[in-house]
Amino acid sequence: MTISPQAFTFVRELVRAESAIVLDTGKEYLVESRLVPLARAAGHPDVDAYVADLSKRRTPAAMKQVVEALTTNETSWFRDADPFTALRQNVFPALAKTRSNRTLRIWAGACSSGQEPYSIIMTALDTPELAGWKIELVATDLSEEMLTRSRKGEYSQLEVNRGLPATTLVRHFERAGLNWRINQSIRERVEFRSLNLTRPFPPMGRFDIVFLRNVLIYFDLPTKRDVLKRVRQVMAPDGHLFLGAAEMTMGVDDAWERVPAGRSSVYRIREEQRTCVL
Amino acid sequence: MRALIVDDSRAMRRIVGRILGDAGFEVLEAGDGQQALDLLEGLDGPPELACVDWNMPVMDGLTFITEVRNRPQWRAITLMMVTTESESDRIVRALAAGAHEYLIKPFTGEAMLEKLDLLGLLPTSTGV
Ligand SMILES: C[S@@+](CC[C@H](N)C(=O)[O-])C[C@H]1O[C@@H](n2cnc3c(N)ncnc32)[C@H](O)[C@@H]1O
Repeated sequence: MTISPQAFTFVRELVRAESAIVLDTGKEYLVESRLVPLARAAGHPDVDAYVADLSKRRTPAAMKQVVEALTTNETSWFRDADPFTALRQNVFPALAKTRSNRTLRIWAGACSSGQEPYSIIMTALDTPELAGWKIELVATDLSEEMLTRSRKGEYSQLEVNRGLPATTLVRHFERAGLNWRINQSIRERVEFRSLNLTRPFPPMGRFDIVFLRNVLIYFDLPTKRDVLKRVRQVMAPDGHLFLGAAEMTMGVDDAWERVPAGRSSVYRIREEQRTCVL
Repeated sequence: MRALIVDDSRAMRRIVGRILGDAGFEVLEAGDGQQALDLLEGLDGPPELACVDWNMPVMDGLTFITEVRNRPQWRAITLMMVTTESESDRIVRALAAGAHEYLIKPFTGEAMLEKLDLLGLLPTSTGV
């Protein structure tokens, strides 16, 4: 049983309009498998019937569920390791020299289940140059389900096995039944908010560091370009942007330049593009 | 690179052996801590890695790790506890005894590779 072309087109256009995520032909199986649980929960015999009903009623809550079901939430602690080493050894120390108010503002723009923002806080705690500093971390995602998980800060054994050194686990987590919960002192340092990257950003102030990792890859070129342009507007002129390993600004928004940082690299707004709004 | 698997379960040794073998390790096996010490004594040089179960007959994993840490000639061995013991204080004890990493069973092959990556033991890894 596979999803009908009509149902696939409806879902593809809905997801595209709501999240900018591109579902190419060939993703029928993915759509089908992600929607089966929703179809069952809504009492429909199959995905086609569910989608037909959805396209008739267009209930906003149900449409949002479909979009969320098609996001990929794959993440891990200190994902790819090198960016976090660069954060501790290069980016944090460099910013620490230039911010006299001893405050850093950071945005994690597609935080999924929270591993990324929490990894940033744990990295800051391991950076001697930031001792006594205030870190304001805003973490956002499109998915309400992910935000709820993030706020809870509870992870299964399988999830803590992934990328989290044992010393870090025992230092910053406590057991919660079969799961592990990140300590409150870390949880309360992150503010989780709902934000769709493809819509105008709400007022958030300016950020010294932005993490926008492994999310642009799902968007088409014009959307990537538009998001990167608007990120520049919420970035301190000397700010640092982290992208995923498979993402880059080159040929997308060339107002950014790629600068090496340790074994990793970060993106910075080119000198001549730094419109200093003070 | 060589890896020593210390576990009293043959099935477990096979599973871990397959993952490590695929990652390019030459695999050695022992069924308990004492066997593992005897095996190490007979080698011309220490293996790079030992994956050690906690609960085993004759000599348990914690004792084995403590013994290894007491011998300067085995200092280069990276020790990873691989066990179902999942309480925080167990992990703290293993790390204090000298384990470098701790992997809780059940785990996926991917999780084990990620731990090896953290330890800088994969050909592609950069460590942290
Ligand atoms: C693969 S995860 C990346 C998580 C994390 N940044 C990392 O690198 O591990 C992608 C996340 O992007 C979110 N996402 C997808 N489209 C989005 C959009 N239009 N606005 C905001 N978040 C979006 C998804 O909900 C998902 O949590």
